Amino acid sequence: MQKYSIFNLVKNAFSNHENWDLAWKDPTPKEEYDVVIIGGGGHGLATAYYLAKEHNITKVAIIEKGWIGGGNVGRNTTIIRSNYMHDENALFSEFGMDLWRKMSQDLNYNVMFSPRGIINLAHSDAQMNAYARRGNSMRLNGIDAVLLNREQVKEIIPMADFSENVRFPIFGGLMQPSAGTARHDAVAWGYARQADSMGVDIIQNCEVTGFDVTAGKINGIRTSRGNIKTKKVGLCVAGSTNILAEKLNMTLPIETHLLQACVSEPVKPILDRVVTFGAGHFYISQSDKGEMVMGGDLDGYNSYAQRGNLPTLQHVLTEGIAMMPFLSKLKMLRTWGGIMDMSMDGSPIIDKTHIDGLYLNCGWCYGGFKATPASGWTFAHTIAQDRVHELNAGFSLNRFSTGHLIDEKGLGTKTWIS
Amino acid sequence: MLHIKCPYCGMRSQNEFSYGGDASVKRPELNKEISDEEWDNFVYNRKSLRGKHLELWQHLFGCRQWIKVERDTATHEIFNTYKADEEIT
Repeated sequence: MQKYSIFNLVKNAFSNHENWDLAWKDPTPKEEYDVVIIGGGGHGLATAYYLAKEHNITKVAIIEKGWIGGGNVGRNTTIIRSNYMHDENALFSEFGMDLWRKMSQDLNYNVMFSPRGIINLAHSDAQMNAYARRGNSMRLNGIDAVLLNREQVKEIIPMADFSENVRFPIFGGLMQPSAGTARHDAVAWGYARQADSMGVDIIQNCEVTGFDVTAGKINGIRTSRGNIKTKKVGLCVAGSTNILAEKLNMTLPIETHLLQACVSEPVKPILDRVVTFGAGHFYISQSDKGEMVMGGDLDGYNSYAQRGNLPTLQHVLTEGIAMMPFLSKLKMLRTWGGIMDMSMDGSPIIDKTHIDGLYLNCGWCYGGFKATPASGWTFAHTIAQDRVHELNAGFSLNRFSTGHLIDEKGLGTKTWIS
Repeated sequence: MLHIKCPYCGMRSQNEFSYGGDASVKRPELNKEISDEEWDNFVYNRKSLRGKHLELWQHLFGCRQWIKVERDTATHEIFNTYKADEEIT
């Protein structure tokens, strides 16, 4: 594989950049693989990469129905953070933060990781208390957290509405300075390129139509491009989890819902942090191109549509304008939607299943993108060793029946309530 | 914007309704011995179908009645709406 470097850039300039290698190949599926990963999104690609890199398993195929980067890995708002209160989520995400910091070097691909910090705004004394508690929990787990008062927040984001007579005045906020953003497409492409270079077959435009399961063991999968034999299958299909689970006669604690995001026209730099509104569900950052990147609530009912509905967008942007009134002057450039695998406690599932050789990675809710490296790393471990790593031991499938829920937001099973 | 026909009030905009989830989920009968699995299926496990989906909605900013809506989760086409206690054949 050609290394991406300043020397190769200059060298290729002499041939008008016409002789670069393809970033990844377009192989036809082989008859048999050691591991098949279903879903070529961020998590699937990262899983294949870490299977090859950490466990030396390279006879791996990634089966993707669409194309690399076309699903949620290219539809999110690129936020990376580990500001969780519960140990399972906190330790897992903080492990991921380390992988994010090393990712560009590790993948030889500039993922433009920008640790610009995230501020969750508080709008009441009670919320300040809750944030102090969460911040303390984070610090106990070795995660950076700073509780800011109103004046400190004003210094950092003076463009927010600090007037006295607003419905939700800003009391302060909780900041994780090491959180940030990264370029999501680059994450997908970087993992794909490295996985491919280590021998992983990335098979696009290939839909999984069924599974061969005999005597409780997986023997292979059926796809639109022929049957593939394998002893190990990893499911990384986010919002399509229930569709494939149905083919396996499994019913999961997952519902598929639609989440929208949008960007404004590009403007000059005004916001150099990620900021979330505490009295509703709205988050915003500014991309390197200058667009304001925004998102918020689910559309509110089960959906596989991959496109959103205007009432939710209007509701979310109303919150945005309440927080930062200047947004009302901006024109909308694009809106889009992605389908989320909403779990019943808001936390993910990375586990083995009752079928031997079938591994499950789902339930990412609002936070799939930031989990990409840690999810791939732990899922690769779970598949390669046939046992969960301590980092994902809490994300078990049976926690719902045993009562060991990780309900970070305390919302219960009504995933559409935000 | 969805338009939902409330069986009591007629066609109304989605903004008047709130969602109540999968209507095919049945609470296990009271005072009956049930397995953990049955309870799990009631509380947590969902089919989350792609396509025709029978779901509960409440006409919250209208007559406040709970209703059942048969909707396609991929196209959002609404096929039929029923009163909550209506038998669906």
